[in-house]
Amino acid sequence: MDGPVVETHALEKRYGDTHALRGVDLRVEPGTIFGLLGPNGAGKTTAVRILTTLLRPDAGSARVAGLDVVEDANRLRERIGLAGQYAAVDENLTGFENLEMVGRLYHLGRRHSRERSRGLLGQFDLADAGDRLVRTYSGGMRRRLDLAAALVARPPVLFLDEPTTGLDIRSRRALWDAIEALVAEGTTVLLTTQYLDEADHLAGRIAVIDHGLLIAEGTPDELKLQVGGDRLEVRLCSRDDNAAARDALAAVGDGRVEGEDGAVRVAIRERTGTIAEAVRRLDERGIAIDDIAVRTPTLDDVFLTLTGHHAEEEAEEAVER
Amino acid sequence: MSGLGYALSDTVVLAKRSLLRIPRQPDLLLGFTVQPVMFVLLFVYVFGGAIQTPGFDYEDFLIPGILVQSMAFGGFVTALGLAEDLKKGLIDRFRSLPMSRAAVLTGRTTADIATNVIQVAIMLLVGLAVGFRFQTGVPDVIAGIALLLLLGYAFSWVFAFLGLAASSPEASNAYGFIVILPLTFASSAFVPVETMPSWLQTFAEVQPVTTMVDATRALFLGTPAGNDVWGAVVWAFAIILVFGWLSVWRYRRAVGR
Repeated sequence: MDGPVVETHALEKRYGDTHALRGVDLRVEPGTIFGLLGPNGAGKTTAVRILTTLLRPDAGSARVAGLDVVEDANRLRERIGLAGQYAAVDENLTGFENLEMVGRLYHLGRRHSRERSRGLLGQFDLADAGDRLVRTYSGGMRRRLDLAAALVARPPVLFLDEPTTGLDIRSRRALWDAIEALVAEGTTVLLTTQYLDEADHLAGRIAVIDHGLLIAEGTPDELKLQVGGDRLEVRLCSRDDNAAARDALAAVGDGRVEGEDGAVRVAIRERTGTIAEAVRRLDERGIAIDDIAVRTPTLDDVFLTLTGHHAEEEAEEAVER
Repeated sequence: MSGLGYALSDTVVLAKRSLLRIPRQPDLLLGFTVQPVMFVLLFVYVFGGAIQTPGFDYEDFLIPGILVQSMAFGGFVTALGLAEDLKKGLIDRFRSLPMSRAAVLTGRTTADIATNVIQVAIMLLVGLAVGFRFQTGVPDVIAGIALLLLLGYAFSWVFAFLGLAASSPEASNAYGFIVILPLTFASSAFVPVETMPSWLQTFAEVQPVTTMVDATRALFLGTPAGNDVWGAVVWAFAIILVFGWLSVWRYRRAVGR
């Protein structure tokens, strides 16, 4: 397909007094993963609901796969898949029955629905559990089934609303692999997440959203550069070594070194080997280290840099609709 | 396939889904089987001796009334199921699919017909065991059973609306009781209306459950029908139209949680 798969102009949505989206422009190119990053209540879910025809925008326009989300809602539903944050699967059906039901509701026909369901169960490592009731599934299995359900009709556009929230690290990795495999086959994915590392790992482009407004957009590298990228953090045994440590570490990173009271931070370009080199240089000068680590900026760092406030405080105030 | 064809096949797919869950949730299964038996036995043996029903054995008086009551409550699974689907995000999934807009609702209410058939069968069998006897011919009895199922279907739409309007599955259950219980008890279902205080009699005589119970008695016991049978049918269709419209309206704007 030529042109963007998802394109919105000045998208707005209000719920009573809450201005959930305040004029959002998005553009997602075919065959890419686009990450919508923001804390709870930022408007991520509202954007996904509008793009998947569940909500009508109050102002602005949105097209997905060349179809208007309001005017062409019925035709659009045949071309999108949605997996939400709740694993929207029926607990009292088996995994197979869930997928078959979704296939029938996409009007794939009985035989095709069954074949596709078995295929997806295998693909998502659920073949053995396929005939068990979903209520016996683990959280990770439910999310995988939910993702499989979104894929039954092989939709060219996939919306994933916080696909890994609440999952353990192993399950997150498995889901990431599955999403990357889909994109390799040509699917376009828009995913929302609260985790910078998830957006960093998966998305080709990231838009940061806060209070219903986009506050930054770019590739993960561009974004991290804005925030300051990875940092080496060293805590010294004695705060008297501060100046000496800054000297020693100046050459480790890209030259930006700061720190006082025995804590030194160095902006770095390359993670590999950094700690070893830093330890060696500090050791040469006889500076004792209490703790040393490479830290990747978190969503909180992004927010602190871009907006001057913490992401977490927002999460407590706001109620996502 | 046409739009109507898809609406029907979507309904069948979702009705099957609703029915599959019943044997898998033992508490629901108890609700459909043991509860009606318990109700019949309790009313016959606990209240039966104390309630005077001139011209009737209490068993004969009670069974049509208690059948209408269980039809009125038969749709509670629809309310429960829809409220759960909302809470768990399934309604979001369904609304993002290219399926019939009404099928999530018609699937549920159609599945209720099947469970209502089971309930009517169990209650009639228990009724016959404790002394209830039909006093009309086969056509009237069949018409009476069909009327009961129609009434049950109508009330399913009330529950569909309650399930979509309630904030949680628990709340939908509570609303169901608040709406349906007064209608069934302040009616001719369990006691003769003449024994109630006059203000309550007025209410009992105009509300639909009394008409429905009297219609069922006419078809099962041969009591004078008057306009009750047609009245009950009209009530049923009116409820289906009003609550069907309200439910679809509510479903279209339904948002998860």
